[in-house]
Amino acid sequence: MFTDLILRSPPQAGVSKDGRERNASMDCQLDIFFLEAVLNGLLLAGLLALLALGLNLIFGVIDVVWICYAELVMVGMYGIYYAHKGGAPFILAAVIGIVLVAAAGIVLHQLVIRPVLDSAPINQLLVTGGVLFFLQAAATMAFGIDFRNVGIRLGSFNAFDMSFSYSRIITFGVALAAMLLLWLFLSRSYIGIAIRAIAQDRQIMPLMGVDQRRIYMITSAIGGGLAGLAASLMVLQFDIYPQIGLQFGPLIFMICVLGGLGNMLGGFIAAFIISEFIAVGGSCFATEWGYAIAFLFFMVVIFIRPQGLFGGKS
Amino acid sequence: MLELSNIDAGYGGFQALFGVSMTVKAGEAVAVIGANGAGKTTLLRVISGLLPATAGTMTMEGVSLRATPPHKIISTGIAHVPEGRRLFPRLSVENNLKIGAFIPAARQKFAERLAFVYELFPRLKERRAQLAGTLSGGEQQMCAIARALMSGPKLVLLDEPSMGLAPVIVAQVFDLVRRIRGEGYTVLIVEQNVRQVLRIADRAYLLEVGRLKASGSAAELAASDEIRKAYMGI
Ligand SMILES: Nc1ncnc2c1ncn2[C@@H]1O[C@H](COP(=O)(O)OP(=O)(O)OP(=O)(O)O)[C@@H](O)[C@H]1O
Ligand SMILES: [Mg+2]
Repeated sequence: MFTDLILRSPPQAGVSKDGRERNASMDCQLDIFFLEAVLNGLLLAGLLALLALGLNLIFGVIDVVWICYAELVMVGMYGIYYAHKGGAPFILAAVIGIVLVAAAGIVLHQLVIRPVLDSAPINQLLVTGGVLFFLQAAATMAFGIDFRNVGIRLGSFNAFDMSFSYSRIITFGVALAAMLLLWLFLSRSYIGIAIRAIAQDRQIMPLMGVDQRRIYMITSAIGGGLAGLAASLMVLQFDIYPQIGLQFGPLIFMICVLGGLGNMLGGFIAAFIISEFIAVGGSCFATEWGYAIAFLFFMVVIFIRPQGLFGGKS
Repeated sequence: MLELSNIDAGYGGFQALFGVSMTVKAGEAVAVIGANGAGKTTLLRVISGLLPATAGTMTMEGVSLRATPPHKIISTGIAHVPEGRRLFPRLSVENNLKIGAFIPAARQKFAERLAFVYELFPRLKERRAQLAGTLSGGEQQMCAIARALMSGPKLVLLDEPSMGLAPVIVAQVFDLVRRIRGEGYTVLIVEQNVRQVLRIADRAYLLEVGRLKASGSAAELAASDEIRKAYMGI
């Protein structure tokens, strides 16, 4: 499971540096393991928040859910893998991946979303769902079912009996920086403000001189670019295979809905809540339990507040 | 400045405007009056491109509006303050004004025009960081007008600026319209508040179920028995 991969960094699997045995029954004490789990949850949250942001941006602006979002990340991961394997230094490969998925976002919008913009939501879900299975099948045909890895090992950072892999720390930092940049863009630039305005009143945008189609294209490119960025961070931590999207796709939707679909700030906070459930729950019991508890929490919240913790679009 | 000739328009199978011809000359304030459902809003929507005309010709300073894509009409010098104000409620006042200056020609003059509208409406300057949705009705109307001015228009289309406002505020809004006229903008205003709008307009057209039924100077229309009976309750 995805969380498995995330929560077990290679150097420690139950035994810490000094050889102290980790309590096998996993009782939940306020000890160093607990703190380590909390901090790892925080690191995980950065990545999940980045993924949720892309999806929320698209939904907030275009009013369509890209069910295939995780598969765009998968495409990006393959792109980066082959670019790197083909000789590109990692940073260049990452840029190629970002551009590739941004372009894929535009293509997705033009070919698939635009024809169904005024259709019923169920039809929009079905077409983007179709793209999900198409991308999975195409990736299986093109790349096979083997697990691939870019083969970059960054080691880990150790302090006070705790261990954090550098790949996760970098992921967290880059994700946070990207979100900050996007926020600045949306709050300062003309295009950014138009993107927010269009989510509030579509019909009068021509009166402002805004070409709605162009804003949709830009938004799709940004949404794709964010997926590409997430891909370039994820290849540092995870093996790549055609079905990898299934491991985290549902998790991102859950986060988006929990935070209020289309509400970017809500999604950000929800990512931290869910990550802590997964990380701490996983540390107290077992990794699968962390995931189960997070979903349980999600279901309870949705029963009580169907619009999500923080309401709708913002 | 603005010329309409034999314009037809409608919604799906329903025709809302029939052969409308009118002109607005530079510097004029022209009113369009008519009952609910007469087609006043439809007429403004056709001019600003929100609704395509189905027949006729329409030009702004010689440029064919029917051949101009909707989002480019603002660049011909037409700004439309829509019915119900339609501010972006979850953007600040200042960001609403910024969106009003979205077109490239207006972006360059943003700071200058912002200073100008803040001088015209000091209340907006006080409230510039506030979310537009939390403004009072009168303030929202100011903001909507200011947003339209940010594009640097020659002609301002106003759709029932007094709608939904208390009588005291209505008087203030008409005063606002008089002031923007004084600033040299040409105004085409749609109103149900016939008595007051005829006081600030130079000329007026009467629209009835999609057809222009009368036109003339504002004073002439205000003196006509027919209009006094039907629209001014006298
Ligand atoms: N979106 C629409 N779809 C179908 N018919 C419409 C639509 N908008 C307006 N109409 C019809 O077009 C006609 C003219 O409407 P319009 O809104 O232009 O009237 P108006 O003069 O602005 O009225 P009011 O004073 O109430 O604002 C009406 O019969 C109305 O029912
Ligand atoms: Mg109207």
